[in-house]
Amino acid sequence: MLEIKGLTASIGDKPILNGVDLTVPPGEVHAIMGPNGAGKSTLGYVLSGREDYTVTGGTVTFNGIDLLDMEPEQRAAAGLFLAFQAPVELPGVNNANFLRTALNAIRRAHGESELDAVQFLKLARAESKRLHMPDDMLKRNVNVGFSGGEKKRNEVLQMAILRPKLAILDETDSGLDIDALKIVADGVNALRGPEFSALVITHHQRLLDYLVPHRVHVLANGRILRSGGPELAKELEKSGYAGMIAEAA
Amino acid sequence: MNTGATGFLQRYEGLAGRLPGDSALRSAAAAAFKTSGLPGGTQQRRIEAWKYTSLRPVAEADFQPDNAPRHEAETVLAGLLLLDAPRVVFADGTLRTDLSVMPPAGFACFADQPDFGTLSWPDREPMVALNTMLARDGAALHVPAGFDAGVVQLVSVATGDGDFHPRHSIRLAKGATLTIVEISAGKGRYLLNTVAEIHVAEGAHLTHIRLQDEAATAFHVSTTYADVATGGTYDSFTLNLGARLSRTEVRVQLSGPGAMVHLNAAQILAGSQHADFTTVVGHAAPGCSSRQTVKNVLAGRSRGVFQGKIEVARIAQKTDGYQMNQALLLSPYAEIDCKPELEIFADDVKCSHGATVGELDAEQMFYLRSRGIPDAEARTILVRAFLAEALDAVADETIRNRLETAVEQWWERQKA
Repeated sequence: MLEIKGLTASIGDKPILNGVDLTVPPGEVHAIMGPNGAGKSTLGYVLSGREDYTVTGGTVTFNGIDLLDMEPEQRAAAGLFLAFQAPVELPGVNNANFLRTALNAIRRAHGESELDAVQFLKLARAESKRLHMPDDMLKRNVNVGFSGGEKKRNEVLQMAILRPKLAILDETDSGLDIDALKIVADGVNALRGPEFSALVITHHQRLLDYLVPHRVHVLANGRILRSGGPELAKELEKSGYAGMIAEAA
Repeated sequence: MNTGATGFLQRYEGLAGRLPGDSALRSAAAAAFKTSGLPGGTQQRRIEAWKYTSLRPVAEADFQPDNAPRHEAETVLAGLLLLDAPRVVFADGTLRTDLSVMPPAGFACFADQPDFGTLSWPDREPMVALNTMLARDGAALHVPAGFDAGVVQLVSVATGDGDFHPRHSIRLAKGATLTIVEISAGKGRYLLNTVAEIHVAEGAHLTHIRLQDEAATAFHVSTTYADVATGGTYDSFTLNLGARLSRTEVRVQLSGPGAMVHLNAAQILAGSQHADFTTVVGHAAPGCSSRQTVKNVLAGRSRGVFQGKIEVARIAQKTDGYQMNQALLLSPYAEIDCKPELEIFADDVKCSHGATVGELDAEQMFYLRSRGIPDAEARTILVRAFLAEALDAVADETIRNRLETAVEQWWERQKA
């Protein structure tokens, strides 16, 4: 599904990613852990096509196509989704309209018919109910006046509606209480299947208790230092990154 | 030296004695106009109030009197976003009762009952002098004490290449309520130069919505004087979409304690359009408040102007004045000029002003695109959101919907 080879990227003159190699097969959930400044968020942004970052080398293919050659909206249409660490507020943009515009843009890109307002609302209400979100979140402006937890749930709602093939969750667990954490994990687990993969960027083991990954990767200094099974996350929780980074150096 | 005044003055002289109303007032206005000429009509004379807007193109257009209409007023009218409410229609500056749906009471016509009012300053404002000199028709609306007159539409349609100078007078007696929806549109190359005088008596409430959607080759100048008495409210919203060049000038005097004024506006421009929104708010009594939010969306080589002056008299303690100008520049060639002026003689006042100028937010753009929304559509969403916030100032939902539709239509025209 996702194949990253020797990816290097910088912001301005500052290199952030220094040769990332990572493969996420279809149907698998992988976690990326690592200390602050390791390049975790950068990886998410580079994969989804944010312009502030310059890719200086390496390749990324997504279901066999060159991801780096695509505009952000083309990547989304191809099935990529980034749940933002800090979801952006859009004053004056109604959440339901936003979601419907996004869904219809993606459906259009696939040659599918667009959903009208009634069809869409039915879908959106069902999904938001499943995520224990109040109905009025659809009526409000996108993320405006949302609490931290509501913003994160709104990301998961978008994911549930857009049904990506690969979801990148950038610290979606940060700032969530245990109930919200379960809801987020449930939202991802509900999408699990042979056609769905996820890259879960997190600082904490806790999310991975509910969203059990197939593989865990440790990213530090812009490189994958180590990869392993779910037990690697538990090991990190106990011993921290410092030892591992020193060992690798 | 041609100040652009000659043609107008000759016309006035040809009409002398045949125009309705106070002829002494007209001749004084003509004398003032002869001295001033059109603002920017010559490069030598600069008027501070017209710092960013020159009417040289009007001088060059050299409008001629009595040009035959080239279009049907009915056709222009049919294209307007009218409300299901009384409407007073002026075609090329003349009342057309056949196209109007007259308000049940309180309406008179300037041609029959000329009323130049008491608020205007033809000696200081050239375009008001021009209007005072040549005005032939207009609406006089009087709402009696305690009466709610609902919505009245004041419609101007232009059908030919000429210059029109409507003169309106709106008086709300104590505790009266009225909503004026002023719509102007047309076809051709013309100048509409309107002057309105508004009196809001004690506790009265006037809502004044303007939708300026003139022809792309037209000039639109509108000067409004309003006096708001104790506890009265003048709540106005202007949407400037059309015209090659427009100037909307509003001068409000808050003359009784607790009077309130809102002068909100949105200007949406493309191509080489120029729109100037100029306000002067005089706080002449204690405890009054004024609110102004002006939003500009500027594409192409368009230019938006906001000049806002707040004058607080010595006795106007506890004044609350607020002014905000926001501009979204959609092209590197678009320009916004913003000139706030505060003149405060009282010591216990709250007055603030601010301005923001920017392009579309890169983070918001990326967020939308990362959800699959193509670049152009994402831009549209963000510009609309900016405008939606501007239109939020319009409380009446039906009217706001019309304005939203007008913006939609403007948007469609740009795509075409």
